[in-house]
Amino acid sequence: MRLDLTPPRLTPSCFQVWRRNLLVWRKLMVPSLLGNLADPTFYMLGLGFGIGALMPAIDGVPYITFLAAGTICYATMNSATFEALYSAFSRMHVQRTWDSIMNAPVGLDDIVFAETMWAASKSVLSGIAILLLIWLLGLSHSPLTLWLIPLMLLMGVAFASMAMVMTALAGSYDFFMYYFSLLVTPMVLLSGVFYPISALPPLLQQVGAALPLSHAIDLARPLVYGRVPEDALLHLGVLALYAIVGFMLALILVRRRLLE
Amino acid sequence: MLSLQGVRKSYGGREVVAGIDLDLRPGECYGLLGPNGAGKTTTLRLALGLIAPDAGAIHVLGEPVPARAIAARRRLGVVPQADSLDPDFTVAENLLVYGRYFGLRDSAVHARIPGLLAFAGLETRGAARIASLSGGMKRRLSLARALVNDPELLFLDEPTTGLDPQARHLIWDRLKRLVGRGRTILLTTHFMDEAERLCDRLAILDNGRIIAQGTPEQLVAEHIEPHVLELFGEGVGQWLDAHAARLPARFEKVGETTFCYLRDPLPALAELRQAGAMRYLQRPANLEDVFLKLTGHDLRD
Repeated sequence: MRLDLTPPRLTPSCFQVWRRNLLVWRKLMVPSLLGNLADPTFYMLGLGFGIGALMPAIDGVPYITFLAAGTICYATMNSATFEALYSAFSRMHVQRTWDSIMNAPVGLDDIVFAETMWAASKSVLSGIAILLLIWLLGLSHSPLTLWLIPLMLLMGVAFASMAMVMTALAGSYDFFMYYFSLLVTPMVLLSGVFYPISALPPLLQQVGAALPLSHAIDLARPLVYGRVPEDALLHLGVLALYAIVGFMLALILVRRRLLE
Repeated sequence: MLSLQGVRKSYGGREVVAGIDLDLRPGECYGLLGPNGAGKTTTLRLALGLIAPDAGAIHVLGEPVPARAIAARRRLGVVPQADSLDPDFTVAENLLVYGRYFGLRDSAVHARIPGLLAFAGLETRGAARIASLSGGMKRRLSLARALVNDPELLFLDEPTTGLDPQARHLIWDRLKRLVGRGRTILLTTHFMDEAERLCDRLAILDNGRIIAQGTPEQLVAEHIEPHVLELFGEGVGQWLDAHAARLPARFEKVGETTFCYLRDPLPALAELRQAGAMRYLQRPANLEDVFLKLTGHDLRD
């Protein structure tokens, strides 16, 4: 089996592929936003107020404020993951959209890059919606929270790239259940979305610390509190590494799948 | 327009394309015929630069492929085998979005859409959803989409598979019009009547090789006697035992039917009229006879 390991060859037409997805999204905007937001919003409000009423302050803030930073990251990850799994798989495999785009002067690398950036773009929208809710509820007023927006983009690219690896390997939609059961769910529970990671046994803490979501939360949580995150470069570096390695791996696997 | 020289491609040790030479002349409709698995679609994918050949050279509209495949595809139109229209868009939006992939401005595509819809017989369907179109309409829209960049060369992969006779004739009519306007067409098909009607020249592919090439008339004249009698029903065996040796004909038995290929059908017909229960059909030889002679009667799955 030969693998094409060359770096991505991108042309300006990749923007047109991104734009195609935007046009579809504009038609289905309301259900799409609802789908991406309902889940994280109700988790944040329900657990934030419900469990929050039973909880002491964490990090010196009410539980719902603690949960808010986790929810931003969770919503961003969720949105990028769903788009790069189910929607990208539909376009690649079910509707053959990618095949028809490749008959035009657009390369597969352009398509995979555009799909990843599209999933990241959607995830930024989801993250921003949660951020607006946080502002609206008065959970944070810090101007530092604006830094969450570029962070969402980086997270979006990282989680979209990771999901795209699964899409490249998938035979059907059922395959994605493995990804959720074996990676997404453990990651959400081990990365400090709902409770501080320090409450976990050391082994689980170590696993959590290797996962990208925990690094995103280590950046997002101080920003919500109005503080500059510690070890910001380390966390950004880990996220960037997941993004770059994930994207290259996805690209190599999609090339193998569609161009051989 | 399109040239392939000694092109080869293997998958897992099996040579799917085993040394193909092709040279399309401007303004002709060229057919690639072959049973399933003969290498037709792989040849198209090679010509599009989607896969790289193991050996040989490919040029599309003067561009070396796959090295400059993107530049070649800019001037190319493709109608794929499976409909890959965008179900989330209307008919007109499908054309608009596809035009963007060619770097066309929206204003330029908008100006072209009415003409494309008229060509496809979809004038009143611009705002329709894809799900509301019939199979024939979808295929015509796929054809219109392939023309959005006003291509010099068109690839069509089994353009009428799965369509009813009316829809097929409509597609054929449009393809003839395109050739009339000076476009060059490469078409794959396994319908012999389609190839005979549309193609100026064609190649018969089997096991990744071109086993015959020429105009439909040439191929029939070269490979097969001009007349065919198909014999079937009761008594064929006895009749053949009695007469076959005396008739200047070539016989081939396929299942229940015996094909009898001959230069002059009259003596055999005179005998057959007295043959009673046996049934027969007389017809001129066609491309299908050539095809079956060259590729055999075995089922290809």
